[in-house]
Amino acid sequence: MVAPGSLRVVRCGGSALRGARAVFSADSKYLLYVSGDFVKVYSVNTEETLRLMGGHADLVTGIQLNPQNHMQLYSCSLDGTIKLWDFMDGIPIKTFTVGTKLLALYTLASAEDSVFVVIPKKGERDTFQLVSVELTKGVGQDLEGKELSVVLDDVGASMKHIAFGREGAYVVSVKDVNLQVYFFKRKLLNRFSLSTVKTKGGDNRFSCVVCHPKEDCIATGHADGKIRLWRNFHHKKEYTYSTLHWHHDIVMDLAFSMEGTRLLSGGVESVLVQWHNESSCQKDFLPRLGSPIEYISMSSDGILCCTLHTDNRISIINSNLRFSRSIQGLIKSRDVKTGLVVDPRTKALVLNGEPGHLQFYSLQSDQQLFSLDIVQRQYIHQAGLKQSDLVKVAFSARGTWLATVEESEEVTDPELQLKLWLYNEEIQSFELNTRINTPHDNHITDMCFRDMDELGDDSLILVTTGRDCVFKVWVMVEDTDPEAQQSVSWSCDFVGSYHNYQATNCCFSEDGSLLAVSFEETVTVWDSLTWDLKCTFCHPPGNIRNICFGRLTCSKYLIGATDYGFLCCWNLLTCALEWSAHLNVVVLQPDPLSEHIAAVSWLSKESSLFVFKPNEPRPVYIQRNLCKEKIRLAAFVPRDEPENTEKYLWLRKSQLFFLTDTQELMTLSTKSLEERLTPSSKQLAVEESLPVTPFSLLLGKHRHQQAQEDTDLGKLIVHNKQEQASPAVKELLHTPAHVLPSASFLCTIFINSLLISKENKSAEEVADEVEMESEKAEDDSDEEDVTAMEQEDTGHMELLGEMTCKLSKSQEKELRKIRKMDYSWLSAL
Amino acid sequence: MAAYKPVVVQACPKLGEKITQDTLYWRGYKTPVQIKEFGAINKIDFSPVPPYNYAVTASSRIHIYGRYSQEPIKTFSRFRDAAYCATYRDDGRLLVAGSEGGGICLFDVSGKAPLRQFEGHTKPVHLVGFLSDKYRIFSGGDDYSSNLWDIASATEIISYSEHTDYVRCGCASKVNADVFITGSYDHTVKLFDARTKSSVMTIEHGHPVESVLLFPSGGLLVSAGGRYVKVWDVLKGGQLLVSLKNHHKTVTCLCLNSSGQRLLSGSLDRHVKIYSTTSYKVVHSFNYATSILSLALSPEDETIVVGMTNGVLNVKHRKPEEKNENSQKKRQPAYRTYVKGRTYMPKQEDFCVSKPVKRVLRKYDKLLRSFQSSKALDAVMEPPIMLHTPEVTVAVMQELHRRGTLRSALAGRDEKQVNLLLTFVARRVIEPRFTPVLVTVADMITDIYQPVVGQSEIVDKQFLKLQQAIGKEIDYQEELLEVLGMMDTLFATFTKKKDTCLEENKNNGVTEIIETNRKY
Repeated sequence: MVAPGSLRVVRCGGSALRGARAVFSADSKYLLYVSGDFVKVYSVNTEETLRLMGGHADLVTGIQLNPQNHMQLYSCSLDGTIKLWDFMDGIPIKTFTVGTKLLALYTLASAEDSVFVVIPKKGERDTFQLVSVELTKGVGQDLEGKELSVVLDDVGASMKHIAFGREGAYVVSVKDVNLQVYFFKRKLLNRFSLSTVKTKGGDNRFSCVVCHPKEDCIATGHADGKIRLWRNFHHKKEYTYSTLHWHHDIVMDLAFSMEGTRLLSGGVESVLVQWHNESSCQKDFLPRLGSPIEYISMSSDGILCCTLHTDNRISIINSNLRFSRSIQGLIKSRDVKTGLVVDPRTKALVLNGEPGHLQFYSLQSDQQLFSLDIVQRQYIHQAGLKQSDLVKVAFSARGTWLATVEESEEVTDPELQLKLWLYNEEIQSFELNTRINTPHDNHITDMCFRDMDELGDDSLILVTTGRDCVFKVWVMVEDTDPEAQQSVSWSCDFVGSYHNYQATNCCFSEDGSLLAVSFEETVTVWDSLTWDLKCTFCHPPGNIRNICFGRLTCSKYLIGATDYGFLCCWNLLTCALEWSAHLNVVVLQPDPLSEHIAAVSWLSKESSLFVFKPNEPRPVYIQRNLCKEKIRLAAFVPRDEPENTEKYLWLRKSQLFFLTDTQELMTLSTKSLEERLTPSSKQLAVEESLPVTPFSLLLGKHRHQQAQEDTDLGKLIVHNKQEQASPAVKELLHTPAHVLPSASFLCTIFINSLLISKENKSAEEVADEVEMESEKAEDDSDEEDVTAMEQEDTGHMELLGEMTCKLSKSQEKELRKIRKMDYSWLSAL
Repeated sequence: MAAYKPVVVQACPKLGEKITQDTLYWRGYKTPVQIKEFGAINKIDFSPVPPYNYAVTASSRIHIYGRYSQEPIKTFSRFRDAAYCATYRDDGRLLVAGSEGGGICLFDVSGKAPLRQFEGHTKPVHLVGFLSDKYRIFSGGDDYSSNLWDIASATEIISYSEHTDYVRCGCASKVNADVFITGSYDHTVKLFDARTKSSVMTIEHGHPVESVLLFPSGGLLVSAGGRYVKVWDVLKGGQLLVSLKNHHKTVTCLCLNSSGQRLLSGSLDRHVKIYSTTSYKVVHSFNYATSILSLALSPEDETIVVGMTNGVLNVKHRKPEEKNENSQKKRQPAYRTYVKGRTYMPKQEDFCVSKPVKRVLRKYDKLLRSFQSSKALDAVMEPPIMLHTPEVTVAVMQELHRRGTLRSALAGRDEKQVNLLLTFVARRVIEPRFTPVLVTVADMITDIYQPVVGQSEIVDKQFLKLQQAIGKEIDYQEELLEVLGMMDTLFATFTKKKDTCLEENKNNGVTEIIETNRKY
C-alpha cells in the first residue's frame, strides 16, 4: 500500500475496451469485457458496471468462461499470467504463471484442466504458436502453468485468427492467405491456401475465422470484404467453399448464432450484417452503428449479441437486430484536436468524440453524458475521404455559449465553419445560434471567450486567431426587430494583425481587460475596450507555443512557453521579463480557481509535471517521470468540495487530468488504491439519497394509510421506530434489484420489520408498560438487524449458486421467533 | 445508434430589404394606372362618402374621378386661371376651390356652376377648406392673410394677417369646429381659433412649410417643409416630438392612412415614404417616375393616388383578397375528428405509448442514404430545383464530392444532361457562395467530357459560355482589387493615430469590407 499523502498517477478512463472479445455470462445477464488491465462486469439489465476486476499487470488479451463452471472466468494477459476469477464476487481464485506473453486465450469443454493460449515462438520474432497449458490442480492461489504442449505452429497473433470447431474436434487457424485445420483425434493437419495474386483489386488475405457450432463448416473473413464458407475440409483436395460478399472493406469479425443458422459480420462500414442460412440473398442490416466494428460476440442463448467498436464503445443488440443499449466510457477519437475543455455547467470533460461529435464525459461515473452533433453530416466510413471534423471548442464562463470550429482535412482549402451554440434550458441541450462560413482564410489556431462572470453574458466577446495572420473579435448583436426569430446573433467586430505574422494563441486576462495574442515569436497585448495595441513581449528564439495570464494575486503576470524550450514570465506592470526557465513545455494549463499553473514537459521519453506560481520561479511541485507516454493535453477540473490535503495545496480546489498520446485519461490522486477501487455501485448502495422506486412509494403509501388510521382512532400510538430505522428494510430498499435474493426469501424479514409488537398499545393506557416494553422491543430489533444482515449476506451467495437454500441456525431461530409472534393484527387489515 | 442525417443545405439570409408585415401590406397594390392631366397636380382629395370619388386639381380644372374610372366623371372648368386646392366637405356634397385670381368658388358636386363666390383675397388662394361644423370655410392666400368665411351669406367673418409670407397649406381640426391651422412660407405654422382675434399658437418649423396635417385626435400636428417632416404635440404647447429627415428633396405633401397608424409623405425626390406613427421609422417606401406634388389615400387604403409635377396622375388600386375557399369544395372531415383525443391529458397512472415519429426525407436524401450517387444527382438536376433552389443542387454536389463519388456521378451523361449541367454551372459559378463547389464541378466536367468536345454543337456552346462567365468574373475581381488598393491608400492617409496602430487600422478597414462580403 502506498503511504498516505504521496501523489500517484492513476488511470481514470479511456482504457482500450477492445483487447478481446466480450463474453456474456451463461444466463446472459452479465457482460464481461476487457478494459485495459481490468476486466469489467456489466449488468445488461441495469446498464451499470458492477465489478472491476484488477490484478493483471499488463493489458488483458483474452477472457473466456470456464466451461466447467459458468460462474468462473479465465483471463490471460501480456504479463504472462492466466487468472481464474469468480466474477460475481470479483475475487481471483487462482493465478497460473506461464512466463511468456499471452496473446489470446481459448477454452474447450472437452479439454478439462487445460486451456489454449497463443504465445510468441521462442527465438523467432513475429512468429506465434498455439499451445495448450495444463492447469495444475494444486492448492494455494499462485500456481505455475509451465506444462506447455504445442498444438499449432505459425499462427496469427490476434484472437480472431484461431477458432475451435464443433465440440472441439478440430482447430482452425488462418494467417495471410493460408488456412490450416488440425483434427485432434486423427492428429491430421490440413493446409489450404488461396492465391496470393490480387484478382480484380481483391485482397485475399484472411482477417478472421469462426466455426459453425453444429456442422463442419468454417467461415472466414477476408481483407477485400468477402466471406468464404468452407466445407469438406477433411479432404485435402475435394474441399469446397462458397462466397458471400457485401462488405466493401475488410471483414473485421464474424460470429455464428448458437444454432448456426445466422452469421453476423461486421467491418469498417460500421454496419452489422446478418446472413441467413449461409445464402447471400437473404441478409439484414443494422446500419450506422457509429464506428467500425472490431469484435462481435453472441450470448449463449442467442438473444443478445454485442459489438465492440474501435472507438471503445460496446453496443448490445437484440436478436432481431434492434439496437438495445451501449456502454461507452471515454470515446476514442482519431485525434483529439479540441483539447481538454471543462464544461462549466456539468463539470464534464469535453473533447472530440465520434467523428463530428463533441463528447461530454463525466469523470465521476466514467460515462459519457451526451454527445453533441456539431458537424451534422452523415459520416461515411471509408478510407481516403476528406471528412470535416471538429478542431476547436470553447465555452463561455457560465456555459451558456459554446463556440466550435470545424474544418475539413484538406490542407489548402479548409472548409471552415465557426458555430455558436446557445444552451437551451428547456431541452437541456445546446442549440445552434449562428453559423459563420469561412471565418478565417486559413486554419484557426486558437479561440477563447472573455470570461467575465460579474458582467453577465451580454458583454461576451469571442476571439479567434488564424493562420491567415489575423485575429478576429466576434461580438453578440441584438436584433431589434421583434418579428425576427432569434434575438441575438454574432458578427465580427474587429480584425487585428501584427506585421503579417501568423497568430497562434490568444488568452484573456482574468478581469477581461487585456487580450494577449501571440504572433509567432511575439506576444502582443491589446486593450479589450478600444482594441489598441498596448505592448509586445518577445523572447527569441522560438515561436510561442502557449500563453496564459496569471490569476488572483498573480494577475499581473503573463506566462508564455516557446517551442525552443523556454518558459517565460513577463510582468505586465513593468513590461519586463520577470524570470525565465529552460524547459520544453508541451502543455501549459492554469488552474481557474487558484494561482497555480501546471506545465508538463517532454524530455527524452518521459513526461514531467511542474506546478508553479507565476510570482516565484521556484516550482511548488515537481513530479518527474509522470508517465512513459507523451502527454498531449491537460485540464484542471474544479472539485465539488475542496479536498483536505495539507501537503498539496494546489490540488485542493481542482483536480488535474491528463490525456496521453494513446488517449488514456490520467489523474493525480492522493487517495490509496483501495479507496479508489471501491466500485461506484457499492458506494451508491449505501447512499441515502436514492431515487424513489415504485416499491418505496408503495411502502410510503402503506405508512401513510396507517398513520391516518391512527389519527382516526384518536389515539396516540407509540410508533416503534423499528420500521424506519431497521437496516434490513433500508438494505432492502436501497440495494440494486439485481443483487437481491429472491422475494420469497426476503418476505419474512420484511414482514417482520413491519410488525407492530403486541405491547404497543395507546400511550395513555399503559405508559409505564410502554417504556419498558419498547426498550425490550429495541433490543429485539437490534438482534433482528444482525440476523437480517447475515441473511442478506448468505443470500448473495445462494443466488449465485444453484439456489439450494439451507437454513442456518440463526435463521431457524428467526423463524421460530416469527412463529411465536402475534398475527392478530392481520385480521384487522 | 444514429439515424441518417439529411444533407445540410446552406441557407443564407436574404440580403437587402427585410420582408415585414408592412412591406407585404403596401406591396398589395396592382400595377398603377397613369392618367395625363393638363398641368401640375396641386391637390387630390377623396370624397369622404362612398363611392369615394376623388377631386383632382390641375391647371385651371377640377376633375372628379370615380373609383375605377380612367376618364373624369365630372369636370369643373369655370376658372379663368389656375385652380387650387379643391376640397370636399365632410358629407361629400360640396366642393370648394381657390383660384389664381384670388376668388374662392363653392360648388355643388352634382351641379356645374359655382354656388357661391367669396371675394376678398387680393392674391392667389392656395389653401381653402371647410371647418368641421360644415358652415364655414377657411382660406389662405399669397397676400399673407388667412380668412374665415360664412357659407350661407358668402361674407368674410374674420381675417388674420399674421403670416409674413405666402400661406400655402392648412387644415381644420376634426374635434373642434373653431380651430384650424395654416402653414406658411415664413417657416411658421399658426393655429387659429375662430373665437379669438389672433393666432393661438405659433410653431417654428424652420423651413417654408409645404404641408400640414392634424391627427384625428387633434393632439398631434405634422408639418412638412424643406427636407423635414416634423411632428409636434399641440396639447403640450407645440413641443417638437420628432423630426424626420428621410427625403433628400423638399417634402411636398402629407397624408394619414385610414387607421391613423401610418403617415405617408411625398416629396420632390420622387419617393413616397410610409412611417409608423408609433416608432416614426420608415416602414416602406414607393418610388415614382417624377417629383410628387400631391398625394391622397382613399378610405380603407383601397387606392393610392399620387399627382406629379408633369401632370401625370398615378392611381394604384389594392388587389382583391384572394379567396381560396371556393376552390376547395371537397368536404373536409369535421373539426371534431382532428381534435379528437388531442386534448386528453394523461393521468398519472396512464402509460403513454408515443407514436414513432416518421421522418420524411427528400428524394435526393433517400438516394444518398442508399449510396446511389448518380440518381441523387439526377434528382437535384430537375429544372424546378435548379432554378429556384440552386443551393440544394450545390449542397448535393458538395456532399457527393465529400463522399468521393462526384466524378462517377457526373460521368456517363448524354448531351441533354450535360447541357443542363453546364448551363447551371455557367450561370451559378460566379455566385460567391457556390463558387468553391462549382469550380470543382466545372473542372471535373471539363475533364470527363474533354474527349467528346466537338461532337455536339450545344455542348460546345455551353463550354464557351462557361469560359466567358469565368473570364468576366476574373476581370471583375481584378478591378475590385484595384479599388481596394486605392481605398487602402486613402485609409492610410486618413489615419491620424500613432504609428503602432497604423498597421492595424489599415488592415481593419480593408478586411472589414471583405468580411461583409463573406458574412452570408
